[in-house]
Amino acid sequence: MDVRSQVSMLFHLDKCIGCHTCSIACKNIWTDRKGAEYMWWNNVETKPGTGYPTKWEDQDIYKGGWEKNGKSVSLKGSGKLKGLVNIFHNPHLPVIDDYYEPWTYKYSDLIEAPAQDDQPTARPISLITGKPIEIKAGPNWDDDLSGTPDYARKDPNLQNLSPAEQEAMFQLEKMAFFYLPRICNHCLNPACVASCPSGAIYKRGEDGVVLINQKVCRAWRMCVTACPYKKSYYNWSTGKSEKCILCYPRIESGIAPACMHSCVGRIRYLGVMLYDADRINEVASADINNLVNSQLDIILDPFDEDVIASAKENGVADSTIKAAQDSPVYKFVKEWGIALPLHPEFRTLPMLFYVPPMLPVMASLSEQRNKEQLDKLDPIAKKWDDDWLYDTSTEELWGTIEEARFPLQYMANLFSAGDTCKIKDIMKKLMAVRIHRRDKTVGDLDKENVKKTLKDVNLSTDEADDIYYLTSLAKFDDRFVIPPAHREQAIEMIENTGDVKGSSGFGFIEKPARGI
Amino acid sequence: MDLLNNFLFIALPYVALTVFLIGTIYRYKGTKFKFSSLSSQFLEGKKLFWGSVPFHYGIMVLFFGHLIAFLLPDVILSWNSSPLRLMILEVSAFIFGLSALVGMFNLLLRRKTNPRIEMLTTKMDLLIELILLVQIFFGLWIAYEYRWGSSWFASVMSPYLKSIFTLNPQIDAVSSMPWVIKIHVSLAYVILLLIPFTRLVHLLVFPLSYLWRPYQKVIWYWNRKKIRDPKTLWNVTRSKNN
Repeated sequence: MDVRSQVSMLFHLDKCIGCHTCSIACKNIWTDRKGAEYMWWNNVETKPGTGYPTKWEDQDIYKGGWEKNGKSVSLKGSGKLKGLVNIFHNPHLPVIDDYYEPWTYKYSDLIEAPAQDDQPTARPISLITGKPIEIKAGPNWDDDLSGTPDYARKDPNLQNLSPAEQEAMFQLEKMAFFYLPRICNHCLNPACVASCPSGAIYKRGEDGVVLINQKVCRAWRMCVTACPYKKSYYNWSTGKSEKCILCYPRIESGIAPACMHSCVGRIRYLGVMLYDADRINEVASADINNLVNSQLDIILDPFDEDVIASAKENGVADSTIKAAQDSPVYKFVKEWGIALPLHPEFRTLPMLFYVPPMLPVMASLSEQRNKEQLDKLDPIAKKWDDDWLYDTSTEELWGTIEEARFPLQYMANLFSAGDTCKIKDIMKKLMAVRIHRRDKTVGDLDKENVKKTLKDVNLSTDEADDIYYLTSLAKFDDRFVIPPAHREQAIEMIENTGDVKGSSGFGFIEKPARGI
Repeated sequence: MDLLNNFLFIALPYVALTVFLIGTIYRYKGTKFKFSSLSSQFLEGKKLFWGSVPFHYGIMVLFFGHLIAFLLPDVILSWNSSPLRLMILEVSAFIFGLSALVGMFNLLLRRKTNPRIEMLTTKMDLLIELILLVQIFFGLWIAYEYRWGSSWFASVMSPYLKSIFTLNPQIDAVSSMPWVIKIHVSLAYVILLLIPFTRLVHLLVFPLSYLWRPYQKVIWYWNRKKIRDPKTLWNVTRSKNN
């Protein structure tokens, strides 16, 4: 057992309101620079939708991630042989048009235009060429556009949904969508690290943050292809790749990353997970049916005596072990089992977990024309003036999940490598917590029924209350349990103390100018 | 004439070698951030294929061809002892030369016609690409006009280059060469000299070590076991990430 610690993340999708505050916080701090204008280390996508860059999930196009190759895994679009053969021209590299061409407006025209009959306008100017451009795409170009033929219907996750299911998803009255915020997953088996010919990308041993050493990056651009989440971005101006750094200077000083700190819906959680590094290869090459389970299995119980002993042996600080025991992410993922990684089938072992959204699934509108049918429904079911029913009844609880207007298969394609049972289990748990809380606060439900729903999903009332607390009431310190970086070492994480004595800040000592 | 020959074949190679060595070491140590292939594929991918791929594969074969002829002239001479094998060598080298020429031309064309790429183009990029284009063109000219290059390179150029590296330059043979060959040789020195001032530095950091390193890379900033060891003193070592 080779115990390492990983700062891992959890996003509760039911709480995401799609406000993009996280994206702006990140952009203002890290990517508001030349060559980085198009980058969104944190972005929020509307699902169903094609995402950013367009259709990033379709690995037939981008060849990202690992694929199972006999008993082991190999990189899909890069790797030692493929990478070096294609080093002069990477056939799978997205170009900037797959994201969007960054632009600004020529505001000076508004005040400097000569007197004329027409109102002067500020024309869009490309931030690359400085010439006027026709805007074809931009940040969040498909925001809230569920149902549109150009975006939602081209979502790669619709692949194994039947045509009828797809049609049902996109009927105007029944259409639903949810938001999917994404940052770098700081994977345990990162494809970007493996694909970098220069060896510029590395995973920090202490906290598992994946970083690109800007001085070693030589623009071979294989990481952009290899990352199946397309979270490694190529800076066309400096000729270096860049990616989310999980705000490591903030984490080292005990502050939550900017995207998480600024999150309006408080959907984000951050905490330490201990994992067994010896098993990475075995887990990454697990059978597709067993992929999710084995990825969750690699995470160790921080209360286990053996785990604690081997962690200490490995030099994991006591404070980190304590943080792992208090980790909200561990609770969601392992204790309660209501969170899953995004696209585990890419086999990178992502360490960012999502609580799947229940609302678009559960908010199933069914047409109730039959009086008998109406009478059979639980009295708590909300009855609309017309024949439509917003069905939240407990009697039909487990039934409505399967007849949801958002097919479970779609969620399963996102979070569980196509396994609908996993999603169904989680939906049941989330619903059971709601029923339990409704019983506690409103008290209009049949007690036996409430007990039965909790028993069905194997949750005690205490656990249900804990889930409710951490979901709805959690304070800042409950949501972000950041392991102390140990002040005496925090500076060394960036630079040697002796070297930076007397200097201020961090980052580039030399100007990050393009090579000569 | 002697003065020019002395300059081109004695002074220039030593100046070029010195500038190349000092320049690249200085740049690698001092401005490591700027060591990059500066790929522009992200802004334009399709035309790059028809430039970069034929150019790089062509120039690589030609470079190693010249290198082998310089280091192992006997091998080349014995290979060339049969006319058929000589023809195979010369024709295939010529094809790779054409590939490099077409590739370089396409790269220059792309650089001048695509507004995005033009924005990223520096004067040195244009200079080095023009020199390379001329150099490849002269190489092809020589291969066609002064046959058979692989044989006379081994018997004339190799001894001259060796004499340069043994600090005892013998330029009699190379001085009597036609002017086309003289220009080709001098331009080679100019390219060597320009390497530290251009994007050509990327060929010095070709990532061959990728072939034998493990795929995953984990860096610990500090050996915590060592820190916690009460028996040792505070151990001043550089952090491993920089």
